[in-house]
Amino acid sequence: MTQPTLHQSVGSPFTRIISVGAARGDLTVPNDDIVGPIESSDEWIRQRTGVITRKRASANVSAADLATDAAKEAISKAGIKPTEIGAVIIATISNEVQTPSMAALVADRIGATPAAAYDVSAACAGFCYGIAQADALVRAGTAKYVLVVGAEKLSDFAKPDDRTISFLLGDGAGAVIVGPADEPGISATVWGSDGGKWDAVGMDRPMRDAFNDREGDFPTLRQDGQSVFRWAVWEMAKVAQQALDAAGITADDLAAFIPHQANMRIINEFAKQLNVPDSVVIARDIETTGNTSAASVPLAMHRVLEENPSLSGGFALIIGFGAGLVYAAQIVRLP
Amino acid sequence: MAQSKDEVLAGLATLVNDETGVPVESVVFGKSFADDLDIDSISMMTIVVNAEEEFGVKIPDDKVTELKTVDDAVNYIVSAQG
Repeated sequence: MTQPTLHQSVGSPFTRIISVGAARGDLTVPNDDIVGPIESSDEWIRQRTGVITRKRASANVSAADLATDAAKEAISKAGIKPTEIGAVIIATISNEVQTPSMAALVADRIGATPAAAYDVSAACAGFCYGIAQADALVRAGTAKYVLVVGAEKLSDFAKPDDRTISFLLGDGAGAVIVGPADEPGISATVWGSDGGKWDAVGMDRPMRDAFNDREGDFPTLRQDGQSVFRWAVWEMAKVAQQALDAAGITADDLAAFIPHQANMRIINEFAKQLNVPDSVVIARDIETTGNTSAASVPLAMHRVLEENPSLSGGFALIIGFGAGLVYAAQIVRLP
Repeated sequence: MAQSKDEVLAGLATLVNDETGVPVESVVFGKSFADDLDIDSISMMTIVVNAEEEFGVKIPDDKVTELKTVDDAVNYIVSAQG
């Protein structure tokens, strides 16, 4: 008896980011408001990190709320109905529960049910991991439109007297709609991990230890700043170059360079190592938003386009890198 | 081939000056990078990466935190050059 042939799905040969939405925390927190517990100063934070103010969300605002607002803007700008979204991917470490996913909640809130919905845990590389997946899903015909969100409320994980990372952290969400295109709009993803550096950045202790310590606090973020700086600049510059090579372009062809907004010193040295020309707009959203982990790349992209609308259609190198250590980079055509 | 301590010091002073603007003549034995030369840990890492290339040595992350003075750095580099 002959076996029937299985049908496999095939989608659009090309994909693009159609639109981008953003939602930042409602509070603007200047350096002076947080320097006390870390015995520091506004000058020290500006010089060491480039942060002047950071956005933080009020107690009654969750990362899911920010994700919902950012998603609604992206959907509206894309000109599609929420029901046309085939998958909702949220990159986050800020889900208030281990399960269910933030994506399932947000998919319901924005009217995208019954879209597939799942969270991605890839720290500050999460959004670019989500882009890699959305690109693949659309080209495979698994979804026509994919909502990718980076959403964080890192202030929930900031220990006020931590001198390694707490003062950098901000709250926000950035969202994009990825869909079919007539020409290439998302280049080959260059991504990976280095679990040998698993301890370089992450939580100060496991959840169980915090739960068992009656006097203790919720786990908070910390990092080995020097190690992370070296990896983020010199190793990620190599990854960025590989992404440019895979895309078949050079740094001279870029309209914008949008790296994860980890620290202004990282951004500056990274751009120098990559020989980014002066003509390329470099995203520096960290200056007034802070480091929002998985949200930082889409938030920075949104701001670059708001401030430079003529860059629409130009190429942007986006790269996320963080706890894991993990990383992902693509060249995308700006919506 | 190992260089002399004075040769390494001269090279290191240039790297420090390039990264931070600290005058070359201030980078001398006995000085602490953080306390005397006001070099923060991020600048220190950039100097270390440039020193690896300049002197043909490897300086792992866990060693960087031990290089508190100009002497520590010069001695480490000369020793690593073998």
